[in-house]
Amino acid sequence: MSIQQASDDQTTAPAHLWKVSVSPHLKSSESVEKIMWTVVACLVPPLILSVFVFGIQTLLITAVSVISCVVVEAVSQKTLGRPVTIKDGSAVLTGLLLAFVIPPGVSPLLPILAAVFAIYIGKHLLGGIGYNFFNPALLGRAFLLASFPVAMTSAWLSPVEGFGIFSYLAGSVDAVSTATPLAVMKEQGMAIFTETFGSGASLYGSFFLGWRPGCIGETSGFLLVLGGLYLIYRGYITWHIPASLLGSIAVLTWIFGGESYFSGDPLLALLSGGAILGAFYMATDYVTSPTTKTAQIIYGIGIGALTVLIRLKGGYPEGICYAILLMNPLSTVLDGWFKPKRFALPAGGAK
Amino acid sequence: MKSLLTFPKGGVHPPECKAQTQGLGIEIMPVPDELELILGQHIGAPCTATVAKRDEVIEGAVIGEVQKGLGVPLHSPVAGKIKNLATSVHAVRVSAPSITIEVDREAAPVQYQKVDWQQLAGADLLAKIHDAGIIGIGGAGFPTHVKLNPPADSPVDTLVLNGAECEPYITADHRQMLENPGQIVEGAKIILKILGITRCFIGIENNKPDAIREMTKAAEQASGGEYSITIQPLQVKYPQGSEKQLIQAITGRKVPAMALPSAVGVVVQNVTTAKAIYDAVVYGKPLYEKVVTIAGKGIARQANLQVKIGTKVRDIVKYLGGLQPGLAKVVMGGPMMGFAVSSLDVPVTKTTSAVLFLTEDEIDTKPHSQCIRCGWCLDACPMGLEPKEIGIYVEANRAQDTAQFGVFDCFECGSCAYVCPAKRPLVQFIRLAKMKAKRQ
Repeated sequence: MSIQQASDDQTTAPAHLWKVSVSPHLKSSESVEKIMWTVVACLVPPLILSVFVFGIQTLLITAVSVISCVVVEAVSQKTLGRPVTIKDGSAVLTGLLLAFVIPPGVSPLLPILAAVFAIYIGKHLLGGIGYNFFNPALLGRAFLLASFPVAMTSAWLSPVEGFGIFSYLAGSVDAVSTATPLAVMKEQGMAIFTETFGSGASLYGSFFLGWRPGCIGETSGFLLVLGGLYLIYRGYITWHIPASLLGSIAVLTWIFGGESYFSGDPLLALLSGGAILGAFYMATDYVTSPTTKTAQIIYGIGIGALTVLIRLKGGYPEGICYAILLMNPLSTVLDGWFKPKRFALPAGGAK
Repeated sequence: MKSLLTFPKGGVHPPECKAQTQGLGIEIMPVPDELELILGQHIGAPCTATVAKRDEVIEGAVIGEVQKGLGVPLHSPVAGKIKNLATSVHAVRVSAPSITIEVDREAAPVQYQKVDWQQLAGADLLAKIHDAGIIGIGGAGFPTHVKLNPPADSPVDTLVLNGAECEPYITADHRQMLENPGQIVEGAKIILKILGITRCFIGIENNKPDAIREMTKAAEQASGGEYSITIQPLQVKYPQGSEKQLIQAITGRKVPAMALPSAVGVVVQNVTTAKAIYDAVVYGKPLYEKVVTIAGKGIARQANLQVKIGTKVRDIVKYLGGLQPGLAKVVMGGPMMGFAVSSLDVPVTKTTSAVLFLTEDEIDTKPHSQCIRCGWCLDACPMGLEPKEIGIYVEANRAQDTAQFGVFDCFECGSCAYVCPAKRPLVQFIRLAKMKAKRQ
């Protein structure tokens, strides 16, 4: 935006150009790149852990996903005649999140298709970063779920034994596939669930650390919460969306999730699906979430309620992906309803 | 220790960058060979020259008067000869009508006699302030005699002196409070007498503990009797020195949109304006000198310089040893609200508080990108506005529809653009919006 003007008439000036632009002349050191790469860094520990939970092929799937997102972003921007901004880290982040929400036993070719849908259609055809009203990574997952329903709902893997991170590379995936805790709970009931996964402190412990079937990056509640708290500490996200989202899942599951009212297990509800990943990393996506704090709390509660509704009454065991996608386009509506409070309106109350 | 007050909503913490000049005492710069005095120094109608080419003037002589409308007279800072009535480079208006004076180096400096102002009535004091050409020299340039004569329907009960100096780099007010605390407090008493009130708060940000100490001492000596003058330490937060934010921090009152502070019973003056009022009333000395902070890595020597109004930046640069390599931006005023200039021929006006010579590493030069709706600008805005929406509307060629966002509440403090991670020129968008949008 700065107009450059020659300063050759400045007798005392070294001969070069001065910048002339509108104030402020100082800017903070934060930038879009810094935010994106910080979030990426927060997702690296859960990724590394996924290798020890599901085996080395999670790295392959993630790499394919990240690379295809970056390539699709570059090609989209080139063909649409926009500046190529792959260095800002947003495509890398989308690729990482996309890999995190697909099962660890799928073909590494799936993320390529998802990347095309997420980045080209979901992001750039809607106007590029800032204008995509759906979360691109979740859009990619929804696309895969609709296109490859069998793979996306059955390619679950049990945590590997010991450090056998290469064990799934040798055998056929179908032979070892299992079911996610939420699916077991929904389709087979609590008795089978307890038989399969155990109960009590050891159940919560292993689920919190990440040793359970699930999507590549969603299992380790511990590392995801740690990264999320770091993002809050840095001021990149605030507590409003994660707290209201997780809180409403816990409360609603407690009320409606059990055999009778007020007998559900809120802690299990938070630890057994993608709630933590969704709350800290998906629902807080700047572009697709509201900006005012009141709107953010309502948005979080909306996602939590829809998640519980889909989990308990819907056709899928896990509902957070669709819950977030359903709330995404409401962000701007919520922002319109809950505007920030102006300092002081004119005397008399008129505009 | 009193608790530190601040305004509750918004605000940012830019690097203070005051260490390099706050220890430098006020230094009187030798008068250059010629001065250029812009005729429109204040908000309101510009002055009309009352002198002609080749006229001889003495120091302090009136050279410009406002014929019709709001304004104050302009005085010659030196004895000399009118060289020209032409135009000067102006930081905002590009060029502006001005008077050029050739300095007479032989003339003896004028000696001003101290008078006892306590004998004078409020109206006489007000007239002296008008005649001395005093305007709000903190930056806005509003004629002080108008501000000190609030409308009868909004009774004033509190005077707030603004010593916040929240803009980074600038330390001119800080030095005034250290070196002339007694005169500032005396100036406050003059204002209190004019307003017919007794209560004054002087707000100073807590990063100037020495100024708080000196001012407290001066206020204690002067207090007692009828006047109560209290030093109020403030948290360090930009834009603490904004009139509405300062009033809210100190008194808890909120000035409504499009209203003046007198609507909530407050008058705000800058501490340096109080000093100028002291000079005008006690010594009869018009406002024609200004302490200006010269800072930044792009100048050989940084300083707090007392210069004559009309001194060109070029002469200041020459006096301080020239420019340094790497200079990228010359800013008249602070880095948050000041104006970048493209020429060193800009003269200092009554409202110039700093000239900054910023190098590449001191300023931001990154190109801006699309809004990612992070909402940080909403958190930073002290007026509770939505800068991101205004920016998006302006980019979509809908600037005329931005009145709904309260765009006229914006006083362009730049907090939103400061925090924006996409480096969007939000103040520029908002200025454009203000030009196109209709006031409702």
